This record gives sequence, C-alpha cells and structure tokens, in this order.
Amino acid sequence: MKRALLIAAVLFLTAAPAAAQEPPPTPDRPLPDAAQEARAQALFDDIRCVVCQHEAIADSPAGLAADVRALVREQIAAGRSDEQVRDDLVRRYGDFVLFTPPLRGGTWLLWFGSLAALLAAGAGLWFASRRRPAAVEPLSAAEEADLARILADQAVRPDPDAKPSDD
Amino acid sequence: MIVELGAFALILALALAVLQTGMAVAGRLRRSPVLAGAAEGAALACAVAVALAFAALIQAFAVSDFSVANVAANSHTDKPMLYKVAAAWGSHEGSLVLWCLVLTGFGAVLTRARGLPFGLKASAVATQGLLGVMFLAFAVFTSNAFERLDPAPFQGGSLNPLLQDPALAFHPPFLYAGYVGFSVCFSLAVAALIEGRANSSFWPAWGRWVRPWALASWAFLTVGITLGAFWAYYELGWGGWWFWDPVENASFMPWLAGAALLHSAVVTERRGALAGWTTFLALLAFTFSMLGAFLVRSGVLTSVHAFAVDPERGLMLLAILGATSGAAFALFAWRAPRLKGGGMFAPVSREGALVLNNVFLTAACATVLLGTLYPLILEAANGATISVGPPYFALTFVPLMAAAFLILPAGPLLAWKRGDLKGVGQRLAVAAGLAILIALLGWMAFEPKKALSGAGIGLGAWLILGTLAEVAERVRLFRAPLAENLRRARSLPLGAWGTTLAHAGLGVFVLGAVVETGYRVEAARPLAPGQTIEAGKWAVRLDSVRVVEGPNYLAEQGKLTVTLRDGGSPKTVTAERRFFPTGGQTTTEVGLDFRGLDDVYVVLGERGQTAAGEPAWNVRVWWNPWARLIFLGPAIMALGGLLSLLDRRLRLGVNRRPAA
Repeated sequence: MKRALLIAAVLFLTAAPAAAQEPPPTPDRPLPDAAQEARAQALFDDIRCVVCQHEAIADSPAGLAADVRALVREQIAAGRSDEQVRDDLVRRYGDFVLFTPPLRGGTWLLWFGSLAALLAAGAGLWFASRRRPAAVEPLSAAEEADLARILADQAVRPDPDAKPSDD
Repeated sequence: MIVELGAFALILALALAVLQTGMAVAGRLRRSPVLAGAAEGAALACAVAVALAFAALIQAFAVSDFSVANVAANSHTDKPMLYKVAAAWGSHEGSLVLWCLVLTGFGAVLTRARGLPFGLKASAVATQGLLGVMFLAFAVFTSNAFERLDPAPFQGGSLNPLLQDPALAFHPPFLYAGYVGFSVCFSLAVAALIEGRANSSFWPAWGRWVRPWALASWAFLTVGITLGAFWAYYELGWGGWWFWDPVENASFMPWLAGAALLHSAVVTERRGALAGWTTFLALLAFTFSMLGAFLVRSGVLTSVHAFAVDPERGLMLLAILGATSGAAFALFAWRAPRLKGGGMFAPVSREGALVLNNVFLTAACATVLLGTLYPLILEAANGATISVGPPYFALTFVPLMAAAFLILPAGPLLAWKRGDLKGVGQRLAVAAGLAILIALLGWMAFEPKKALSGAGIGLGAWLILGTLAEVAERVRLFRAPLAENLRRARSLPLGAWGTTLAHAGLGVFVLGAVVETGYRVEAARPLAPGQTIEAGKWAVRLDSVRVVEGPNYLAEQGKLTVTLRDGGSPKTVTAERRFFPTGGQTTTEVGLDFRGLDDVYVVLGERGQTAAGEPAWNVRVWWNPWARLIFLGPAIMALGGLLSLLDRRLRLGVNRRPAA
C-alpha cells in the first residue's frame, strides 16, 4: 500500500508540467537548532499529506510529504512563525492540508456540537432532578398479593452488591 | 461441488430467514406457540445453513479453488495456510458471509434464551429474522462470495499483503462478533418497544436479558479494536497506534455506545429506571455498527484501512441502515413516551453516577460522529474540504473523557437510590492523595516536563487506585483481619470483579496512552552497516542487511542491535522490508524490542546511498515509553467484561429458581 501511495505521489508530481524533470524526494535533514526542529516535528503531525489517505506528513513515505517537510523546515529556519507556516500551506492546498479544522461559520457545529449536547443534557438532568416526583401509585390487588407472597417467602436472596447504607 | 453447496446453503439460509420472520410474526399475532416454536427452529436451521456456507467458502480458500472469483481475487497458492483461511473474511463478499454467520448464530442463541415472555421472544426472533433477511439478501444478490469464474485462472491475485498478519487474521472475527452482537440488543429493544409497558417488573427483567449481550458484544469489540490498533502499530511502521482515522472511528462509535448501553442497562436491571434511554442506546449501538460497516465498505471516507471498497454496495448498505434504523427509531419515537419505568433516585446516587457516565459517553460518541462525518457533510453542502484529525479530538474528545474519568471511581462507591457524597469522599481520599502524588512524580520523572502529561498520569493512577479503593472498602482491607478480607473477597460476585478489572484496565490504558503520546522520541537517518542512530536513551546500530525469501515475498532483512547509549544491555532485533511480487506491494515488518513497559521500535526503510557512495538504509527509530500498557489495558478491560458475563449466568440461575 505504501508503495502504491508512493507511485500515486510520483504520478501526481509528474502530472504537473513544471515537474517534468522529477527530482528524487527531498531527504530529511533535521534542522541544526533543536528547538526549531522540535517545532517542525510538531507541525509535521498537524499537516496532512494531501496525496495520501489519512496520514500526516510526519508519517507518510510519499515524496510529496518529504517535500513539504523540507519546505516547513526551510520556512522555520528562515524565522517564520508556526502560524505563518500554516497560513502559507493553507493558501497553497486549502483547509484540507491541516488536521486541525478551521473555526469559522461552517464549522462551529463541528467544534461546539458535542459541548452543546453535553450542556443540553446537563440542563435537562438538572431540571428533571428538580421536578417533584409524581405521587406513587398504590399497588394493585395482584401486586399486593405478590408482595405478600415474596415477603412470606424467605428465599429472597441477599443482595450481594448491597452497601451498608442500603441496609 | 462444495462451492455450489455453499452457494445453495446461503440461498437456503435466506429462505429460512424469511420463514423465521414470517412464522414469528404470525405466531406473535395469533399467540400460537407452535408457530413461534417453528420460527425458532427456522432460526436454528438458518444459522446452520450459513455456517455450512461459511465452511464451504473456507474450504474453497484452503484448497485455492481459483474457479471461484472471490478466491481468485483474494488468494494465492504461495500464501501460508493461516492467511488462506483468513482471506475468506478478508474480502467484501467473504466478510459479509461472516457478518451473516454471526448475525444468525447469535439469533439462534437468542432462541435458546429461557424465561423470556412469549410475546417479547417472538417479536425479538422476528426482528432478528428480518435483519437476517436483509443482510442475507445483500450477500446473495449483490455480493455473492461463491460466484464462479470461467476460465479459472492458474493463480490468484492474493490478499493485500498488509492484511497478511496474525493480529489482522483474527481482527475481523472479533470485530464482527462485537458489531453484530449488538444486533441482539437491537432486536430485544425493538421487541420491548412493541411489547413493553409501564410495568414495574418488566424492565428489570428486560435489562437482565439485554445486559449479557451488551457485555459480550462490548468485550468482543474491545478485543477486535485492540487487535486492529496493535496491527496498525507494528505493521504500518509509522510508530503510532491510533490516528483518529475515519475507519478507526467507525469501530469506536459502537464501542462507546455499547459502553454507555451496558452501564445504563445496569440501572434498568437493578432499578427499572431509564427504560427508554437504555432502549434508545440498544438501538443506537447496532445503528453505529451498521454505520461502521457502511463507512468502511462504501469508500465514502478516505482511510488507510479502507479495504474492499465498492460504492454501489455501499449504497445498498446505506439503504439497509436507513430502513432498519429509521424504522426502529420511528418506533421508538412513537412508543417510548408510554414506557415509563419505575425506580426513583436522588441526583447523588449510583443511578445518578451512571446517568452522568452516559451523558459523557454519548457526548464523546457525538464528538467522534461529528469529527468523522463533518468533512463529508461540509463537502456535500458547499464543496469546502477540511480534515479532521488528532488535534481536533485532543481538544474535544479527550477533555470529555478526562472529566468522565475524574468522577468514575466515585460511581461504584455510591449507594443505590441515595448516595452519601461525603462518605465516598472519605473513602477515596487516600486514593486521591496518592494520585496527585503520582501526577507530580510523573511530571518530574519524564523529560521534557509537560504539565498536561503529568495530569494525565495522575488521572490514570486515579482510575486504578480509586477502583482498588472500592474493592478494599468491600473486603474491609486494613479494617478487619486478613481471613475476614479473604472471606469477603471470595464472596464478592464475579460481576463486581469484572467492574473492578474493566475500570482498572481503563486506568492502565490511560497511563500507557498518556506517556506514549507525551514522551515518545523519534529519530531517523540513513545508516550504512555499522553505523548507529540514537533515540532518547537508546542507541540502535545497523549490523547487517541481507535478502531473504519468504513463502510469497522477498525481503531485505536488517539485523540491528539496540543498546543503552553507553552500550549496556544489548539486544538484537530484526526489521524487514518485504516486497510481494503478486500485486507489487511493499510492506514493513517492524523490529520491536520490548524493554519492560517500553518499546524500541525500529523500521528499516528504503535503500539509498551515503555521501561516500556506500549503500545505506533509511532507519527510523522510536522510543515509545509505556507502550505495552496501551494494549495491556484493553485486554484487562475485555477480561473484566468476560468475568461479568460469567457472573450473569450464575445470577440468572438464582433468579430462575423462585419462578419455577
């Protein structure tokens, strides 16, 4: 599968007219500055390899992923901030390139949907717990008979899960 | 000949499922035990027929009968026998037969359930039969696994080499047992909606019938997902085990819904409360199972795991999903308002804690659902493409679960109906103090120092210690003589031990996941033989690389020595890069060096050249601290589920006696 992805990546690159002379994938050369390299690595985890299925460029063996890794390192070495690197990638490839979806009109439901559900459930529970319980219905004749039989029958098993406070 | 028998058995199974449904419905309407009994017989025969079909399919794969299109497409004579057999469920058609086998097999077990009221059982058997009709029709008419090929090729196309792995050979059966096990909960829920009434004795009994199915399915699913994650960890060679990939999410949603179900079913069983909610979750769990099957099989989502993808069949699955779940939820909307269970309880009580658990689990499930489907919906709505990956789930799913874990240890300590929060606080004080201490120690022990990872370590410790505190409380540890402790420990029901194991296993998993995610160290560079790469405290030397021949592949096999940086405690690992000529695919076999709880994870990459022109291999090394716990935790959880399940049978026996 990785090979298939690689082939797909190569095809993708050669399809672009500018890349008629396809260079071998850029080798990974860590930045000399450890702090900068750590920033680059953190960014790699958030950037999607756009020709792969669902992989970050940190994990992908595709040529394009290697190119983007080199690009990110280059920009960080040039002193650009994480935000600038991200913005630049989004300009090139669209929102699709970041694994963190943007927060804007169309995605507020994505970001806050589950929180809203949680709050709604919490509010519902709160109101339910404040509602006075309905009057307990009296037992029917049949149930009274059942109750009497059960109470008379000492074979009722002790509840193994019972807590001292239940007793 | 055997293949034709298999094809015939599958068609026969479809006919039997139709019979089962028809007779169960008629039996229920006419209140005829004879008809209902005949329906149960048909269910049994149907399961046997599907089992025969499945056996025929496995036989075709085992002998490499390439006149069967499915075998020709997915098998190869060179493949080891395990993977020939596993290929039977590795393809779309074969996996559908497996799905039907589990569906009808569990349906047959359901007919043997004792003590179910006549109407409820007949309705459940009818529903299970209807599910069987739909999936068997799907298997027979659109995805026939037994279709012949003429002329038969001399050799097959082989199974995707990535799938040729022991963990993945057993991943689908476990996953499907979990997915489809929820179908019985679904059928029982539908039956309860048809038959159930606001009767104080009905719902506890119903809860008792549903719980074992929920428990078993959840435990199977736990094992299945863990096998899948472990496979992704050591077969894909990317150093990770979970990427919030849509297909991973597809299996995770039924798991979350199932976890919520088995907790809410406890309340329904013990107190008759939450009847409507438990019913809803039972419908939801199987709906997510079908949604998962649809997402994986249809190819609407891009994923590294999407195998055997076919849009047309996806559409069929979507139709089945829409028809079943749509009808079931419509039934729910109609009937549920009338189904008030009994059982009042105060907000602070065992029931209250279980409700809170359900709120968090369903919200977490909603997050996963949103994260999985939102890109699809957004693209369909306005063409915008976004990616939802790990950073999103770290910000939404993880805080929800963390909040749930904070309150989890208090739950089992609270009494039913009305709990004593202060008393629970006192009982958990020691565990809480220790957990905070461990959080601080964890924060200091690992470099670089990360406050959130430290807190996560504390949370994992809190889950384990808080759970153990509950057992200590029950056996009166340190407050009674040892003999008394032991006597009490022996008299604890298996279900209580199951709960303890499952919760502690969750803590073990949290510890592993937090430490591995927070502190893993990665390094990569081209190595010529004799050269060394360092990752954290480990040094890995490439000793030699040679070409070896496997049964159906060629491999570059690297021998590497893992040592501490000062050269201490050396161990040799083997990492391979396999090339499968059939299909022309390359896979990696990760070299895993187990060091206590840690893994040193070595991947041999492509061959290249050093600056000096010598041959060199791109070696990637990860030091994954505490990675062992990530897979150990879920194993403990599944064991907990199994223990609880064994307890159920005992208790059912106890409960049956007075009725007899």
